Amino acid sequence: MISQLFFGYFAAVIIILSLLVVTRKNPVHSVMWMLLMFFHIAGMYLFLNAEFIAAIQVIVYAGAILVLFLFVVLLLNLREELQTNRFIGSWPAGLVIAASLLLSMIAALRSFVPGPSGPYTIALIEKETHTRVLGQVLYTEYLFPFEIASLILLVAIIGAIVLAKKKVRS
Amino acid sequence: MSAFLGAFLPPFIVQLVIILLKIAVVIAIGLLHVAYATYWERKVIGHMQVRLGPREVGPFGLLQPIADGVKLFFKEDIIPANADKPLFYLSPVIFFIAAISSLSVIPFFESFVIADINIGLLFLFAMSSLGAYGIVLSGWSSNSKYAFLGGLRSASQVISYEISMGLSLVGVMLMAGSLNLSDIVRAQHQYPTGMFAVPQFIGFFVFVVSAFAETNRLPFDLPEAESELVAGYFTEYSGFRFALFFLGEYTGMIIMSSISSICFLGGWTIPRFVTDLLPFLNYVPGILWFLLKVYCFMFFFYWVRATLPRYRYDQLMAIGWKLLIPLSLLNIVITAIVKIWFRGMA
Repeated sequence: MISQLFFGYFAAVIIILSLLVVTRKNPVHSVMWMLLMFFHIAGMYLFLNAEFIAAIQVIVYAGAILVLFLFVVLLLNLREELQTNRFIGSWPAGLVIAASLLLSMIAALRSFVPGPSGPYTIALIEKETHTRVLGQVLYTEYLFPFEIASLILLVAIIGAIVLAKKKVRS
Repeated sequence: MSAFLGAFLPPFIVQLVIILLKIAVVIAIGLLHVAYATYWERKVIGHMQVRLGPREVGPFGLLQPIADGVKLFFKEDIIPANADKPLFYLSPVIFFIAAISSLSVIPFFESFVIADINIGLLFLFAMSSLGAYGIVLSGWSSNSKYAFLGGLRSASQVISYEISMGLSLVGVMLMAGSLNLSDIVRAQHQYPTGMFAVPQFIGFFVFVVSAFAETNRLPFDLPEAESELVAGYFTEYSGFRFALFFLGEYTGMIIMSSISSICFLGGWTIPRFVTDLLPFLNYVPGILWFLLKVYCFMFFFYWVRATLPRYRYDQLMAIGWKLLIPLSLLNIVITAIVKIWFRGMA
């Protein structure tokens, strides 16, 4: 009962905060609502016994990525930004697509079958600590996808450096 | 005490009362330390510069921090005309809460910690990255050029040095095999040297330099460089809102000293070869060792402030990205290889 209440709270607040993020006129306020939303997502992870993911969610998303968002937003000309409309002209088309996506998801939910539960039960995770279990799975079973993801990120870093670097006159 | 309360209360309420008492004790003692850290800093720097420091209020000036607090409390609260009011009110609160909630995971002595969580070290990183919001937003919402430039400088500095600080502690995590701060201290006590500062000397160096930059202290106090930026991001704040920034900064220094004490200097324990030589030291309570290490580190903060001049901003960024981050990466590789080597031998 209490766990359902918690889940309901987090789900409802995340939806409300997401709506606040896209509807605010002032982009700095949008970023602040987004920060609060990230904290609620971290709370959701904690609630699922994924303490490591919750901490990383706050450190990486709230602590690094969103601060960079804030940097960009602070350098905008806010006086112009407050005059422009929040949404582009074709927003009804986007709404129709999103609504149909939601409907198809709800329709698909009925045929949802929970997957077979593996060896990682909540009791095991609590005993071994989430960080250790996650590390073991990531570096043994899923090592190859993990390395591919790292390689893609490396390519992105090199691409950013190439784009940002000034051309040296020879 | 739990037995006494358990006699007439249900166990769930007893636990709640004990947690609340612990929080009250830690916050009260923590804030008292913050207040007297300012007094101590003024005394230390005074003597280093051949002055006497505060000595008018009370015996040896001991009531000076309390007088300062009362003064700040009764100051007029000035808000700039074009400030973004909600964010202007919110940012000192974010800054202070981020600093003081870090105290909740710090183990002061054996089994005394408010929240003994498995991701204690990550929680500290998360809270210190949250503090950057207080800085950026206070700079932006004040609608002042000095505050804005100070906020931008401080935020980019804090973000850069957070990376090297996090990486410098990875060596400690590898050696202890845990992210729980109490487990890190226990692992150190088992270790022959009793302190991770000896095998992790590269990590310790990187951590100390990053800690100075994280807390905006000299020689890295460019966000608050008085000659260029008045006071940096909190230029427009007055009264108790200013006091919140001030308290947050000193709490941050105490947190950094506590992390270095726990992760590198053995926390509440002292090396076992010392207690083997002088067995009577076993009777000294652990909290005294912990506080002694924290005080030494705080003194080091003041000493550096009285000694070194300020760096230039490009030098600061170059040190962070070109020296400290590669050094801490090197430290991680070396620690991991040595750990695998020893496991292979055993």
